[in-house]
Amino acid sequence: MNGSDISRFAWVALRGYPTRTLLMLIAMAIGVAAVIVLTSLGEGARRYVTDEFSSLGTNLLIVFPGRSETAGINPTTMMGETPRDLTLDDALALTRSYSVRRIAPLNVGAADISWRNRQREVTVIGTTREMLAIRHWELAQGDFLPATDPDLATPVCVIGGRIRSELFGARRALGEWLRIGDRRFRVIGVMASEGRSIGVDVQETVMIPVASAQQLFNTPSLFRILVEAKSREAIQPVKRFIIDTLQARHQGEKDVTVVTQDAVLATFDRIFSALTYAVGGIAAISLMVAGILIMNVMLVAVSQRTAEIGLLKALGAAPRQIIVLIIAEAFLLSSLGALLGLLLGQIASAGIRHAFPVLPAQAPLWAAVTAVLVALITGVLFSLLPARRAARLDPVLALSRR
Amino acid sequence: MIELHQVHRDFLVGDQTVHALNDINLTITAGEYLSIMGPSGSGKSTLLNLIGLLDRPSSGQYLLDGEDVTTLGDVQQAHTRNRRIGFVFQAFHLVPRLTAAENVELPLILAATPPQERRERVAAALEALNLSDRARHKPEQLSGGQRQRIAIARATITEPAVLLADEPTGNLDHQSGGDVIETLERLNRRAITLIVVTHDAELGARASRRILMRDGRIESDKRTDRA
Repeated sequence: MNGSDISRFAWVALRGYPTRTLLMLIAMAIGVAAVIVLTSLGEGARRYVTDEFSSLGTNLLIVFPGRSETAGINPTTMMGETPRDLTLDDALALTRSYSVRRIAPLNVGAADISWRNRQREVTVIGTTREMLAIRHWELAQGDFLPATDPDLATPVCVIGGRIRSELFGARRALGEWLRIGDRRFRVIGVMASEGRSIGVDVQETVMIPVASAQQLFNTPSLFRILVEAKSREAIQPVKRFIIDTLQARHQGEKDVTVVTQDAVLATFDRIFSALTYAVGGIAAISLMVAGILIMNVMLVAVSQRTAEIGLLKALGAAPRQIIVLIIAEAFLLSSLGALLGLLLGQIASAGIRHAFPVLPAQAPLWAAVTAVLVALITGVLFSLLPARRAARLDPVLALSRR
Repeated sequence: MIELHQVHRDFLVGDQTVHALNDINLTITAGEYLSIMGPSGSGKSTLLNLIGLLDRPSSGQYLLDGEDVTTLGDVQQAHTRNRRIGFVFQAFHLVPRLTAAENVELPLILAATPPQERRERVAAALEALNLSDRARHKPEQLSGGQRQRIAIARATITEPAVLLADEPTGNLDHQSGGDVIETLERLNRRAITLIVVTHDAELGARASRRILMRDGRIESDKRTDRA
């Protein structure tokens, strides 16, 4: 018996019971497709989140006011409740390191803006010109905040694209005076439409010089300081430098938290990878179920074909040959099912990508390979029992049963 | 070529031991035409299965061409069945999803004969039985007599020395039963050893050596010398 004889025999056996074969193929295909689709969703979510975080900037460190005693982030650090605020002078002190390329202080608040009779509430960000370079933002019109002394509260603003269209419609926005809270600002630039990153929709924000924001919100403190290191290697020294500098400035108290973008990225990466593995594992259970189904089907096939197996023995089939034939049939069944499932899974993933373009749902290679391998292995493993049962059949009994 | 010495075969039915074969001593020489008759439960089928290596004796010795085959392992027994023994069953036992030619080919596939040689031998075997035009038919498209003759072609495709037939005409009408018997006897005339188990006295009487069994023993063993 050579390979082609075995596979032909198995193929003919499968074709002999089309309903049974079709149902098994579907069961196996659903198992494999489930693994592919779920891991592609997990992978898509992971890539979506990491892409969003990457768009924050490169080699970025974020300084929060306040410090949690234990490692990690807790609600206190998020709210920045601390006896000592981060100030603009703290931020400027951070430029003194050679490894720091640029810094941008950040102040955030909500305020009403109005132009003529139109009014709405927006997020106001107070920052400096450096922000543009740190976040890789682009402008559609005009210029970003001027590169003046950060302490200078210049009455200028840069507005998001949607705010421009809502307030000004088709009219020219540049050079117009807006009212933000109780102050007036001249529009000097409009943000380009792409520029969306976690938490901030640039389209919906208005940016003003940081000193102006401090006056507007009547606070001397900063919400965050963004620090861009010169290189990836410089991130850790810069982190050390920030903590030391701010500790010295804050009378020896370590009351800031420095988060590196890499750390945040790595955390999300880990979370979503774990998620992908988890859903992949759950889906793999359906593969095991399909494997057990295959065992059932092969057991039924063996008892259905008792006489045939007895006949093969009478014709001189050795026990090993019978085992090989049964396993070949299960292997063919599971590999066809796996192939079908692979196809279905990829089509479904493509469908998801088409329906939700922001989600790069693409099953990772390891998931596809594992799904197919698990399908094949379970198919073969679970057919061992029926195959051995067939090989042990007493030919006399098998042939006398009709 | 077939020698049975003090062969017993016991079955355990419930808590009772049934002696299906009780001290059988039998020598069959090559080319003999033998019929085994007897009432149901007399042990004739058990004897046939034993000769065909489908069953093992509880005790005793079975020599096939002088070789003790009772001690062979499963693999060697399978090999022996494949090369030296052909079976013809009452129920034909054709594989329903395979064509007539594919059914005939099965023993050669199991024996790992090269495909080219397989095709030639199958074609020749079908030709010899006048079944060439039925080669592509499935068993369900064949008459009973044709099915049994396909089964005979399958049993003889490996050119075995012994052909064992268990009620070969039991499922056939008189006409096609006659065809089948003629086919078997023609093979016997070409020196194959033919052993037929049957209820049918008329069929049994055609054999040159007739064994009558009762309660697991050989009751009579008669020969007529036919030229």
